[in-house]
Amino acid sequence: MTGADLPVWAAWLVVALALTGAAFSLTGALGLVRLRTFYERVHAPTLGATLGTALILCGSMLLLSLLEGRLVLRDALIGVFLTVTTPVTLLLLARAAAHRDRHEGNPGAPPKL
Amino acid sequence: MSAAAILDWGLGLAQGALVLAMALAAWRMLRGPRAHDRILGLDTLYLNGMLAIVVHGMRTGSGLYFEAALIIGMIGFTATVALAKFLMQGEVIQ
Amino acid sequence: MNRILPYPVLSAALGVTWLLLNAPPTPGSILLALMVGLAVPHVMRALRPRAVRVRAPGLLARLAVIVLYDMVRSNIDVARIILGLRRGERRTGFVAIPLDLREPFGLAVLSIILTATPGTLWVQYDSDTGRLLMHVLDYTDGDAWIRRVKDRYERPLMEIFA
Repeated sequence: MTGADLPVWAAWLVVALALTGAAFSLTGALGLVRLRTFYERVHAPTLGATLGTALILCGSMLLLSLLEGRLVLRDALIGVFLTVTTPVTLLLLARAAAHRDRHEGNPGAPPKL
Repeated sequence: MSAAAILDWGLGLAQGALVLAMALAAWRMLRGPRAHDRILGLDTLYLNGMLAIVVHGMRTGSGLYFEAALIIGMIGFTATVALAKFLMQGEVIQ
Repeated sequence: MNRILPYPVLSAALGVTWLLLNAPPTPGSILLALMVGLAVPHVMRALRPRAVRVRAPGLLARLAVIVLYDMVRSNIDVARIILGLRRGERRTGFVAIPLDLREPFGLAVLSIILTATPGTLWVQYDSDTGRLLMHVLDYTDGDAWIRRVKDRYERPLMEIFA
């Protein structure tokens, strides 16, 4: 079992961070199911990609720092990487959807610039 | 409750939530209706899988899972970009 | 910065990344980090990226705080919309914003900001006319969104990357 010698308040803090992050991620995935149109649904996964990831990574850094007795900031790299790549992913997906909708003349297609 | 028990239960719960999120994303990926919906579902599936691995690393207290999470994030990004580009132009390499 | 350090920001970022991956730092890994930070930017020189010039670091820090606050707030807003906790009718729609920002780095940072705040989605940018098409989850009439993007994010970015 990990964290047997950890103070109880630290364990609660780590669990609170991880659970809140996971809850935001789950809400984002729920939005993927519940929202009606594609352009609405693209907003949903950003919940997990921003606050969800940030909270879970903070919890992970806190826990590993306490366990190893030194500052572990490695997980921040995942955060940096995700911050830089998520806009590219979503932008390309939105562009692809807009392109197809305009091409097919669908009613929900975005207006021309 | 001891610190170890709190961590084990709390992080297990977080992992369960992330797995549920993966299931919802997989539902969107299988259901569609359009191709870009499926890609969005796949991207969300990757993201939540990565987070689940990070939480698993926290539960076992080892830093070994960090590399796996980073690589899943990278491959997920590349896959989504390639698929979105394919939708736009009908070819990936041009 | 000249011959030795063509891209100081890139050198620093590479060195710090190396140290983070190889923590805890030992004399050997610090030496390797220095070598990576000094050598790799010279390879980049062949690609001739434009050098980043940050004019106002203080403003950059203030913008980061604003974005962090907006990120948390819009995350909670979107979560409430998804969970159906919000009363009243909600409309979504596209907003076209005429941007004055032309600097590529500024536009890249703006796209990161708009993506990092759920509820706004960057759909298309036309570099000829400088118009940005954005999808918003919580559409309001008038130019509230245009003013928010222009005042809150675009103006500081134009000063930072002037």
